[in-house]
Amino acid sequence: MSNKESTQKTILVAFLLCLVCSIVIAGSVVILKPTQEINKALNLKVNILAAAGLLPESDKPADIEAAFSKIEAKIVDLDTGEYVEPEVVGRKKALAYDQRKAAKNPKLSDFLPAEDDIASIKRRVKYAKVYLVKNDDQLETIIIPVNGYGLWSTLYGFIALEKDANTIVGLGFYEHAETPGLGGEVDNPRWKAFWPGKKLYDLDESTEPKIHLMKGSVDKSSKAIDYQVDGLAGATLTSRGVTNLIQFWVGENGFQRYLSRLRKEA
Amino acid sequence: MSDSRIKKVLFEPVFSNNPIALQILGICSALAVTTSMQLSIVMGLAVSLVTGMSSLFIATIRAQIPSSIRIIVQMTIIASLVILVDQILKAYAYEISRQLSVFVGLIITNCIVMGRAEAFAMQNSPGISFLDGIGNGLGYMVLLLAVAFFRELLGAGKLFGIEILPTINDGGWYVPNGLLLLPPSAFFIIGLLIWALRGWKKEQVELEDYRISSHTVKEAF
Repeated sequence: MSNKESTQKTILVAFLLCLVCSIVIAGSVVILKPTQEINKALNLKVNILAAAGLLPESDKPADIEAAFSKIEAKIVDLDTGEYVEPEVVGRKKALAYDQRKAAKNPKLSDFLPAEDDIASIKRRVKYAKVYLVKNDDQLETIIIPVNGYGLWSTLYGFIALEKDANTIVGLGFYEHAETPGLGGEVDNPRWKAFWPGKKLYDLDESTEPKIHLMKGSVDKSSKAIDYQVDGLAGATLTSRGVTNLIQFWVGENGFQRYLSRLRKEA
Repeated sequence: MSDSRIKKVLFEPVFSNNPIALQILGICSALAVTTSMQLSIVMGLAVSLVTGMSSLFIATIRAQIPSSIRIIVQMTIIASLVILVDQILKAYAYEISRQLSVFVGLIITNCIVMGRAEAFAMQNSPGISFLDGIGNGLGYMVLLLAVAFFRELLGAGKLFGIEILPTINDGGWYVPNGLLLLPPSAFFIIGLLIWALRGWKKEQVELEDYRISSHTVKEAF
């Protein structure tokens, strides 16, 4: 193999290089995977706790796990509003159900017709995962997952509701790629602080979702103040996306039946 | 390797031969990640590491690389290193890797990495090639930080996430300039920085390719 430009030499170099590189990469992925999974799971828990306002002061994994141990996951059939056993979605525990994966699985989700798809999510899951915060077996907070399209990206987040299944405790998005400083202000604690106390439905009127974001600031004297939240400055499309995704998820195709059932039982 | 040569390969790319300002390489990622100082530092470190290591490996096996497939060989090594960096960030700096998201993966397409592999590492010994890669990464990071300084300060009123100018949204007085948070603003800032740099170091000004000759007017009468 004197000549490095020969065909054999070229193939040999390419082969050896590919072999070494694939071993290095496969090795690193396998070794680092457990740590990455822990990070991902922890991040999700932090966001659920943050939406419910239960986030502990310290961000030590042990404290977060301890705070999360009060929370119970349940699977809800969106069509009936009833709880179902995790076996229905092929899992032993409700916590292990991955709703985002299920939205891509034709067995667990349906195609959404364009006129119903106000949140632009294309497919609707049949079963959704909710998180319940209980105190002495009394239901305190209901945390429901939401997602929908903003300006550039799908926003994924949680809304926490009081036990009346109408009043908002908090909301938070754990994944989005909106413009930092504009649509990205959905992460701004000052904006999130507008949400607690707002209501999803005007139950005297109907069970159609009434909550929405306003352009500009909410008029303090308005009658509908309970259902209005300040829009994000300079981010009209993200604001519209947030309104749409909340209205979708608490509406007819979302958790409407489930939340109605909870109100009746309460 | 004499000391002066080491100094030269390590620090010349910072101002005299900056990969972004003089070679105009790696602009795309400079537009994307310079919204905050913290992201810029992590991105700069990641690029320095990848450039250094890829130059090191490529220089080590440069005598064995057949010239017909040398670009693919370089690409494979660079891509492997980038995936490695991405995996490590995901495992040990999850928050930052979430913010950098796709841009870590895009280091593969950063022209600086491949440019140094092709222009320097293919002709030089591993040690000096490594330093050359680190040096160019530093040059990239310095410019990124300069751009991020203006963008984060004027666009969000912060530096390293610490509030400097209290913004209206947070109850202060500063009205942030939203344009600076969008990628096009980095074009303006990089342009102005190049202008300033060439005003300071006159030798970086390129010679005109040709000169328009003066009009020759023939009198008609």
